[in-house]
Amino acid sequence: MEKEIICTVCPMGCHIFVEGEGDRIDRIEGFTCKRGEEYGRAEFSHPVRILTSTVKITGADQPLLPVRSEGPVPKELIPSCMEEIRNTVAKAPVGVHDVIIENICGCGVNIIASDTV
Amino acid sequence: MYETKCDVAIIGGGPAGLSAAVAAKKEGAEKVLIIERDVKLGGILQQCIHPGFGLTYFNKELTGPEYAGAFKEEAKKLSVDALLDAMVLSVDGEEKTVTCVCSEYGVTKIHAGSIVLAMGCRERTRAQIQIPGTRPAGVYTAGAAQRLINRQNIVVGKDIVILGSGDIGMIMARRMTLEGCKVHAVVEIMDYLAGLTRNKVQCLDDFGIPLKLSHTVTRIKGNERVEGVYIAEVDENKKPIPETEEFIPCDTLLLSVGLIPENEITRGAEIEISPVTNGPTVNQYMETSKEGIFACGNVVHVNDLVDNVTVESEKAGKYAAKYAKGEMPSRNRTVPSVCGNNVRYICPQTINISGEDEKISLYFRVMAPDTGVFLTASSAGKEIYRKKELRVNPGEMCHVVINAADITGDDVTISVVK
Ligand SMILES: Cc1cc2nc3c(=O)[nH]c(=O)nc-3n(C[C@H](O)[C@H](O)[C@H](O)COP(=O)(O)OP(=O)(O)OC[C@H]3O[C@@H](n4cnc5c(N)ncnc54)[C@H](O)[C@@H]3O)c2cc1C
Ligand code: SF4
Repeated sequence: MEKEIICTVCPMGCHIFVEGEGDRIDRIEGFTCKRGEEYGRAEFSHPVRILTSTVKITGADQPLLPVRSEGPVPKELIPSCMEEIRNTVAKAPVGVHDVIIENICGCGVNIIASDTV
Repeated sequence: MYETKCDVAIIGGGPAGLSAAVAAKKEGAEKVLIIERDVKLGGILQQCIHPGFGLTYFNKELTGPEYAGAFKEEAKKLSVDALLDAMVLSVDGEEKTVTCVCSEYGVTKIHAGSIVLAMGCRERTRAQIQIPGTRPAGVYTAGAAQRLINRQNIVVGKDIVILGSGDIGMIMARRMTLEGCKVHAVVEIMDYLAGLTRNKVQCLDDFGIPLKLSHTVTRIKGNERVEGVYIAEVDENKKPIPETEEFIPCDTLLLSVGLIPENEITRGAEIEISPVTNGPTVNQYMETSKEGIFACGNVVHVNDLVDNVTVESEKAGKYAAKYAKGEMPSRNRTVPSVCGNNVRYICPQTINISGEDEKISLYFRVMAPDTGVFLTASSAGKEIYRKKELRVNPGEMCHVVINAADITGDDVTISVVK
């Protein structure tokens, strides 16, 4: 498989070309620096993203609590993570970085509060 | 009328106002008062639940509420006062008074030693870009839709077209998609992306949302509610090419077509406004044309990174505290910063030469994207600064630092050269 990846590590936005299959990378070029190469490899084999959203909250003077994944989650799990987030209701008081959903979708990452409510 | 006093009065409790308040306290101002029309502090960051804040200031990636939260906490620790649910109506630049209406005291007059303007900006609306067609419901500015979805749990539509490829527009494309909406296109009149590449990758490409460069919305269709929009390619003069017009059925059009600094109060106080930034002109202390009145954040110029807002706001807060204590640097002579090749505007617009040894930061934007360039500063025909830059882009602020002692001429010219 061949993939063109735009590096997002710095504003240069280099276009990195990667060829390979799964974890195996046969060819990678187009990066300008080491950080870009690492990004290109990771983005090819295991793309991950920070996920942010909101969950409903009760007992507060606002209807929503902003939340985020504590670390990056696998990109392909994002739709199922959103499903779980949609079905979650938090209860005030909540402190910033309190765990709201533990180990979301079994990927080992917690969903935590982005704010104190 | 209720009257009160403080050393530093700050109008607006967004990241700019909060950072200025913290810095003013640290500089030794005793009573620092933030006046905010919202019921909560944090400004626009309260609705910016996405990550991307704090990469340069905190060296980690935070969401908007987390970034604002860090400053709210510090302000609380340092006993910064806040008057919430309080709308500022006017500022008197000579008397140094602020008049506001608030739910707690009614009409209130605040006598201050110095004042910091930190009112942020508002979004351009349909009226300012003049899209023809009917006037149905379902046309929102992206920021208004963001506030509704992220703070009030209201999703404004199901089938969306977004006009403008700025960061707010792209971030809303992702947000609406995650909430189950279908974003049919992001339409951009320029032939390049207005926002960060990273947002194109993570907000559009990740979800297969088409980006239509050199296109614009030509008409809106619908009587009660939006039924769709017509889009067309534009020629090099930004005029739509009729043959390329196509119809996209949708129920919502989001506008992400730029921000305008919120400066009614500034104009009322007869402070000089730059026709380029639409914000007050400032010197390196972030002081406006009226001595003792400072300004910072999006009210001065539209910032893409809140980290830069914090840095300039700390300056405003620090010197506002100094002014209130009568400790401003001496004012020997003032020189303007001048836009040279490919520079659209520079902030600060003027530099006070105090005679003190001082490093002066100049932030500026280029007019057109370019690669492999040098950022240069010169004074009295002599180059006093040169830095290599791999790439410059109108969407990303550039930055140079010069020594006050090197400014020997009547101005400083910033240029971007090959
Ligand atoms: C949708 C969106 C997405 C963004 N994404 C990013 C990002 O990913 N990364 C990043 O670094 N930056 C981002 N930014 C930019 C960043 O949020 C801004 O640069 C920053 O918030 C500006 O801070 P400010 O304090 O100047 O303005 P604001 O946050 O707008 O605060 C101004 C405050 O002043 C108050 N006010 C105004 N007028 C009055 C009055 N008359 N009386 C009393 N109070 C008043 C307002 O209520 C508000 O609370 C984004 C901005 C937006 C809008
Ligand atoms: S490869 Fe290096 S230089 Fe290029 S965008 Fe990535 S981090 Fe920046």
